[in-house]
Amino acid sequence: MAGIPHDHYEPKPGFQTWLHNRLPIVSIAYDTLMIPTPKNLNWMWIWGIVLAFCLGLQIVTGVVLVMHYTPHVDLAFKSVEHIMRDVNGGYMIRYLHANGASLFFLAVYLHIFRGLYYGSYKAPREVTWIIGMLIYLAMMATGFMGYVLPWGQMSFWGATVITGLFGAIPGVGPTIQEWLLGGPAVDNATLNRFFSLHYLLPFVIAALVALHIWAFHTTGNNNPTGVEVRRGSKEEAAKDTLPFWPYFVIKDLFALAVVVMVFFAVVGFMPNFLGHPDNYIEANALATPAHIVPEWYFLPFYAILRAFTADVWVVQLVHFVTFGIVDAKFFGVLAMFGAIAVMALVPWLDTSSVRSGRYRPKFKAWFYLLCIDFVVLMWVGAMPTDGIYPYISLIAATYWFAYFLVILPLLGVLEKPLPQPATIEEDFKSHYANPAE
Amino acid sequence: MFRKIAISAVSALALMTGAAFASEGGHVEDVAFSFEGPFGKFDEHQLQRGLQVFTEVCSACHGLKFVPIRSLSDEGGPHLPEDQVRAYAKQFTITDKDTGEDREGVPSDNFPANTGAGAPDLSLMAKARAGFHGPYGLGINQLLRGIGGPEYIVSLLTGFTGETKEEAGSTFYENHVFSTGWIKMTPPLSDGQVTFADGAPNDVKHMSEDVAAFLMWTAEPKLMARKDAGFKAVLFLAVLASLLFLTNKRLWSKVKGKKLH
Repeated sequence: MAGIPHDHYEPKPGFQTWLHNRLPIVSIAYDTLMIPTPKNLNWMWIWGIVLAFCLGLQIVTGVVLVMHYTPHVDLAFKSVEHIMRDVNGGYMIRYLHANGASLFFLAVYLHIFRGLYYGSYKAPREVTWIIGMLIYLAMMATGFMGYVLPWGQMSFWGATVITGLFGAIPGVGPTIQEWLLGGPAVDNATLNRFFSLHYLLPFVIAALVALHIWAFHTTGNNNPTGVEVRRGSKEEAAKDTLPFWPYFVIKDLFALAVVVMVFFAVVGFMPNFLGHPDNYIEANALATPAHIVPEWYFLPFYAILRAFTADVWVVQLVHFVTFGIVDAKFFGVLAMFGAIAVMALVPWLDTSSVRSGRYRPKFKAWFYLLCIDFVVLMWVGAMPTDGIYPYISLIAATYWFAYFLVILPLLGVLEKPLPQPATIEEDFKSHYANPAE
Repeated sequence: MFRKIAISAVSALALMTGAAFASEGGHVEDVAFSFEGPFGKFDEHQLQRGLQVFTEVCSACHGLKFVPIRSLSDEGGPHLPEDQVRAYAKQFTITDKDTGEDREGVPSDNFPANTGAGAPDLSLMAKARAGFHGPYGLGINQLLRGIGGPEYIVSLLTGFTGETKEEAGSTFYENHVFSTGWIKMTPPLSDGQVTFADGAPNDVKHMSEDVAAFLMWTAEPKLMARKDAGFKAVLFLAVLASLLFLTNKRLWSKVKGKKLH
């Protein structure tokens, strides 16, 4: 698909042309900033800029924290307290970094669910979607390893539980687990490699983000109608779009200022609300906490991991069919990674020819149920594994898979979509009066 | 429609993620501490009383190994005069890191660790316990009342029932606030045990509150500076957001008229 036609950078004679012939960097920056953007984007399209801000914030605060942090089992917890007490503004930098991770994940979930609702994953944007999923995976790895670094009780036991997941792989599992940990158990070697990778991965994410942006700049943005921008001529495209600068830059900056204001209120007034008190207790290999709970942003998938216990018939069936190779523990691990995998494969699971959920009445209901399902999974992931909770997690986990593997493929065939507007311009005009009037 | 769902999803997320989990601990009473809320401040005199309770009672078994003694003179803390802090430091015997010999403490030392009785270090205790979890583990009450670490400490100190039991050669004291219901610590406070110079009430309840406030300070010594910075940031961003709102409105007014429905 050709890009949306628009005015390109014309270097003036002299230095501009000289540089352009050697390195067309100004041209790339210009085209990136002036990209024609559908003029009907709503407020759910602001999370990208929030995510970019989060990545910058995490890298800047993280680099400063590293200057004062010591990755050693005897000193890590102490060095974090040194940051909190002795380093100028250290308490602020650390709380920004810790809560920054939460904002990062909040934004990424809203960004992902926006994509799921408006069909942003559909052709021709599958590559953007896949790169986005890779970013999300890298974020999870980074967030998990970062949580280990303060070397509190939850750090230590979280690391023990999560690396234990790899130990559940039949045959090679224990070897992989030992390789990940750098020894038979979570110890200094683990802390050191997690520190190293926690510093590395954000830069991998930054590179993936560049690819993500490149990909959707090639296809053009999706928009709430899901109708493509007309590309016949520059004039035609201009009726559907506005340049990114200044229209969307200013809009995004306004939204970012509001989000960051709320963020600073959390950091300033309740910085430990999203954390776990146990992480203010230094890691102790001899004392297991009463409940080992991951950070909130992992809870939905943690719930799916725990949902498939040995008394679920599907698990028993798989156990039987695979001659006992896939036991309940490994099944849970497969389910957890599978839950992300089905989301990544959604461009090929959704069979509907209509892109935006706005014109899909049945889809809407199932989608809202998925949103509720996600919140329920998050809640139940933090609950104990007795009483009614295992049933709730099993139902919620089943719906997650059913949505992607059954409902989406069937809906494309069974649903009768509503009429879509012919153009973005038509949709825009039906929503907003002519400014001249 | 999607916006409505998005808003409710965000609020639901915000409400439910309070790291709040079912706990076996008993009921923790809310205490109206002076340092709570966006504008809360430590009460210097309460911190000084709490320091006295800690020094005369708790320090027999507990340490404060992450807390530098010099910080006792910090503003936004107990704010003791420096000569008093120097005199206070002298009571501790510190093994010098460089010479390996014992010497009198100086303000630049930390409070000593105290592991003799097997009691936990108290530096971060006020942040290492949660008093409130509910309802249904959603953590909503943490939004309203705070996480409840200091409240947990007060409730624990005042929560002894008087029952004891012997187990494996140790005596346990019944306390419903403690996670297992039975704690190894003897009830540490009794009415009138510590005499405050300012004549403040010294019953168990008040002493517990004073020491809990002090421990909140040892756990979060920069609490006041943090709230101050947070308030300034919010104020600044509110102005910035307003200006950007107006800029955005003006910018788009050329292409976007009134909303039709």
